[in-house]
Amino acid sequence: MTAQTTPDTARGGPAPRELTRGERWGRRGPLLPGLLFVIALTQIPFLFTVYYSFQDSNLLRPESGGFTGLANYGAVLGDPLFRNAVLNTVLLTAGAVLLSLVLGLGLALLLDRAFLGRGVVRTLMITPFLVMPVAAALLWKTSMYHPVYGLLNWVISPFGVRVDWVNDFPLLSIVLVLAWQWTPFMMLILLAGLQSQPPEVLEAARVDGAGPLETFRSITFPHLRRFLELALLLGTIYIVQTFDAIYMITQGGPGQATTNLPYFIYLQAFRAFEVGEAAAAGVVVVAATLVIAMFALRVVSSLFEEES
Amino acid sequence: MGPGFGLGLLAWVVGVLFFFPVLWMFLTGFKQESQASTDPPTFWFEPTLDQYAAVLGRDFVPYLLNSLQASVLSTALAIVLAVPAAYALSLVRIPKWRDSLFFFLSTKLLPPVAMILPLYVIARNLGALDDVRTLTLVYTAMNMPIAVWMIRSFLVELPEEVLEAARMDGAGRIREMRSVILPMIAPGLAATALICFIFAWNEFFFAVNLTASQASTVPVFLVGFISGEGLFWARLSAASTMAALPVIIAGWAAQRWLVRGLSLGAIK
Repeated sequence: MTAQTTPDTARGGPAPRELTRGERWGRRGPLLPGLLFVIALTQIPFLFTVYYSFQDSNLLRPESGGFTGLANYGAVLGDPLFRNAVLNTVLLTAGAVLLSLVLGLGLALLLDRAFLGRGVVRTLMITPFLVMPVAAALLWKTSMYHPVYGLLNWVISPFGVRVDWVNDFPLLSIVLVLAWQWTPFMMLILLAGLQSQPPEVLEAARVDGAGPLETFRSITFPHLRRFLELALLLGTIYIVQTFDAIYMITQGGPGQATTNLPYFIYLQAFRAFEVGEAAAAGVVVVAATLVIAMFALRVVSSLFEEES
Repeated sequence: MGPGFGLGLLAWVVGVLFFFPVLWMFLTGFKQESQASTDPPTFWFEPTLDQYAAVLGRDFVPYLLNSLQASVLSTALAIVLAVPAAYALSLVRIPKWRDSLFFFLSTKLLPPVAMILPLYVIARNLGALDDVRTLTLVYTAMNMPIAVWMIRSFLVELPEEVLEAARMDGAGRIREMRSVILPMIAPGLAATALICFIFAWNEFFFAVNLTASQASTVPVFLVGFISGEGLFWARLSAASTMAALPVIIAGWAAQRWLVRGLSLGAIK
C-alpha cells in the first residue's frame, strides 16, 4: 500500500508515467466493494471452518469446545462411513460426468448441422438443465422411477421387466437424473466449441478431399479438446457438489448407498450436530477440490490467454 | 436430403426424449389425483386447474415471495457490485488484475459444504437465521464470480475507438460509464442478470440449511411433499411446474448467453 516508489506491476502494457498513490486507489477503487464482499462471505467462513475442524465442538453439548488438535481429522478419516461417502462421490461424479459428456458430444455434433427446427430442438434440449433441481428430483422419483406407476417401467414392461429403480439401483438412479440435467450443459459448451471452428479450415480440408471422419479426427477433435477439458472440469466441479437429488430421492440410502460427501457433511453437521467432525470433513473436501481446481484454473487460463 | 435428413430426425427424437419428463410434469399438474398415478399412465384426460388452486391455497405464496425477494435482490446487488469490479479488471489496468480475476473464479470452486457451518453459526449469533436478507447476501456472493467474469467478457469486446472517442470528448469516468459503456453492454447485463437469477432461484442447499419457516424459498416448499410421497402427485406436479417455470422461461430467453455464464465467461 506504500507503493509510491515501486514500479507499476500491471502486466498490461507499460504505464506512461509513475502513478501517484491517489491515482492507484482511484483505479483500484471500483474493484474493492465487490472484492471485500466476496471475501467476507466466502473466505472468512472458510477460515472459521478450518478453526472448527481443530475444536471439539458439538452444538448439542454447550460445554464442549477447546482445542483437540487433529482428533477430528483422525475420526473422520478413520470413519468407514466417510470412506464410503468418498467412494460414492467418485462413482456418482465419474458416472454422471462421463455419461453427460458423451451424450452432450453426440448431441452437439447433431445440432452443429443445419436442419429444420434446429432452434426448437436446442430449446427442448436445454430445458432439463433449467428445471429446478429439487423439482427435477421429485419428478424422477415419483413419475419416472416409481416401481408401479413410473414411466420407465411402463416403457420396459413389454419386455417383461419391472424394476424398483431407486431401491435396486440407487447409484444408477441418481446418475441418470444427473446425466439428464447436465447433458444440456455439456452440449452447450461443446456446441460453442464446434461453432467456433474457423470455416476456412474446414473448407480447405474438404477441398483437399478429406472425408467427414478424417476431418473430425485431424481438425475438429484437436480444436474441440480444450472445450472437452473445460466441460469435463466444470461438470466435475458442479456435480461433485450434488446435494439436491440425493436429499430428495434417496436421503443417502438405502443404508449408505448414495451418501456422497456433501450429504455426509450435512448429516454430521445438521443431524448429529458434530460441528468439529463435519468441519474436518469439509476441509478434506476443499483440499481434494483444490487439486481439481488448480487444474481447472490452468485450463480456463489457457482459453483466456488467447483473448489477450 | 438422405443421411442429412435422418440425422435431423435423430436430433428431434433425442430432443423430444430429453424434454418429455418436463412435459409430463406439466401435464400431470392438470390432472385429477386419480389420473396422476395409474398403471398404465393416463395420456388423455380432461384438464383441470384444481391442483393449481390447491397449491396456491396451501401457503405457497409466502415461499414464492421469499424466492422472488432473494433472487431479484441478490441479482441486483451482484450486478451493482460486479460492474465496477469488472470495469477495474478490464478497461482499467490495475496492478495484479489477473490475480483478482482468478480469485473470483476460485470462490466458485469452494464447495458450499465448506462454508455452511460458519455461515449457520454466524447467522445464528447475529439473530439472522431464517431471514431472507441473509439468504440474499449469500446468493450475491455465490453469483459474484459469474457476474464479474461475464460482464468483464462483454467489456473486453467493446470497440476501442468508441472508448477513445468518449475520452477525447472529455467525458469523466462516471459519465463515460453512464452514457457510453452501460448502454452498449445493456444486453450483456440483462443476460448476466438472468443467469444470476436462475442460480439463485434454483438454489436449495443454503436455503434448506439457513431457513426454517419464515424465510423459506420455493425449493424448500417442495420438500414438504416428500413426506406424503405418492399421495398427491398431481398437486406436486402443479407446484413443481410453478417452481420451475420462471427459470425455464428466463433460460429460454437467455439461451444465447447461457454458455458464457456457465463457463464463467471463458467461452463466448
